Amino acid sequence: MFIVDPNMPEDEIDQLNSQVEGLVSDGGGQVESIEKLGRKRLAYEIQRQNQGFYVLFTVAADGAIVKEVERRFRVMDSVLRYLTVRVDEAEKKLEKVRAIRQKKSSQPIPDSEVVAEPSAADGS
Amino acid sequence: MVQKQFYRRRKVCKFCVEKIDSINYKDSRLLSQFVPERANILPRRISGVCSPHQRQLKDAIMKARNIALLPFTTD
Repeated sequence: MFIVDPNMPEDEIDQLNSQVEGLVSDGGGQVESIEKLGRKRLAYEIQRQNQGFYVLFTVAADGAIVKEVERRFRVMDSVLRYLTVRVDEAEKKLEKVRAIRQKKSSQPIPDSEVVAEPSAADGS
Repeated sequence: MVQKQFYRRRKVCKFCVEKIDSINYKDSRLLSQFVPERANILPRRISGVCSPHQRQLKDAIMKARNIALLPFTTD
């Protein structure tokens, strides 16, 4: 996720996005999604600006490409701040948890079946 | 008498009850419930959050602060 100068026109921001996208795909990574979260009020002043344009990239790429993108961001004046979050390990754990929860909710409750049997035995 | 006061507040962890799996740093509305007006982080004994969720919450709040979605401090 990175914050861009809010005074930049939209098409320049799109240009920047496609630049970053090109950088990632050239290095062999995959851009999964680009989300423009729009102009938001910043919680504190960054470079004497009170608003910022937020952009979120979801990327599947190696560490080297990510480093290169970060280096570019550091050099660019229009990018006020960037934050890289690694989500692959957390996603795997979450998937496991969700799969277990799905199995639990779809299984019938075994107690009811056990209760039915003794009464059938008593009848006979 | 003092012991009764302690045991009265047996709050449940909000994330465990609602089964929220991951606390996203982008969710500033959810995170701001755990950030009082001074912009520090609510301790566990007041918010009633369980310890693994408190750790995730702290990480999410730190990330949100870095990306200016939450303030570091208010004046």
